[in-house]
Amino acid sequence: MTYEGMLAETTMITGYNGQGISAYFARPLGPGPFPGLVLMHHLPGWDEWYREATRRFAHHGYLAISPNLYHREGPGDPEDIGAKVRAAGGVADEQAIGDGQGAINYLRSLSISNKKIGVFGTCSGGRHAYLLACRATGVDAIIDCWGGGVVMSKNQLNKKQPVAPLEYTRDLECPLLGIFGEDDPAPTPSQVAHHEQELIKYKKDYRFHTYPNAGHGFFYYHRPGYRAEQAVDGWEKIWAFLEKNLII
Amino acid sequence: MCSWIVEKAIITGSGKGTGGWFPLTQANVSFDHPTNAFMEDSLNIDFVNQDIGPSARIAVEISADSARKLIKAIEGALTNGESHHV
Repeated sequence: MTYEGMLAETTMITGYNGQGISAYFARPLGPGPFPGLVLMHHLPGWDEWYREATRRFAHHGYLAISPNLYHREGPGDPEDIGAKVRAAGGVADEQAIGDGQGAINYLRSLSISNKKIGVFGTCSGGRHAYLLACRATGVDAIIDCWGGGVVMSKNQLNKKQPVAPLEYTRDLECPLLGIFGEDDPAPTPSQVAHHEQELIKYKKDYRFHTYPNAGHGFFYYHRPGYRAEQAVDGWEKIWAFLEKNLII
Repeated sequence: MCSWIVEKAIITGSGKGTGGWFPLTQANVSFDHPTNAFMEDSLNIDFVNQDIGPSARIAVEISADSARKLIKAIEGALTNGESHHV
């Protein structure tokens, strides 16, 4: 029997503007070197599903870290913090990118890292992951799961979200895996197609999978939108994509 | 969809949470994915007091149909109640 072990814990990392933020870090036990994965959590917050997803990546051999993008809103129940952030119109893109960069830097600094880092996010986290891949340094692969708001109209832009992520597509320098649901109202299939056109325009390395009979958040096994068949296939595509791009 | 679209109302009154009654200052209303109600989308209302903190929140997640019934009930109660008390 091969020994299997994992360490999962909360920790502090340096985020945007040099500020300390909390993060959930899970890693396989052993000497490594291991590839890394940064999980940008979704709009509802730094919740249990993201803890589980972080451990799942660690189980598959990744140094996985999920920075708490809502850390500055104070301690408390993630649902209450998420509600507060939603009412405030979300966190600023610049801040989320800075926090994500901090998580990347943290993983790269570890002696057991193979220095290959991917980013993953669902919902608003998919959008943040895409921004991170386009604007941060040291990203080797990105997985965008149904990230809404990558394509934005001018009237959707505001002080916190001043530029549509789509506008940064030319700066994307790593492979992209996109996972979407055909019945999702945000991003809609037409928005996904618009994003795809931009990726083609700039000759980017990408692969999009849009699943039929699936809407928003179809990986969330505890919600009515869960679609087992599509979710299982989506996870398989994620493992294959990461193995190809992050394992040396 | 997980949008950031939230309608807000400044309100006056009290709400009872797990820690007892507290003054309410705002209601945040959205139509989006619920956290707990087992449906794809719901009308979500957070009755809050931001001065106390994020935990000063009474959360409600109901279906769109339920929300419309609630609006009618509130309007009915206001119309009938106010005429009775004036």
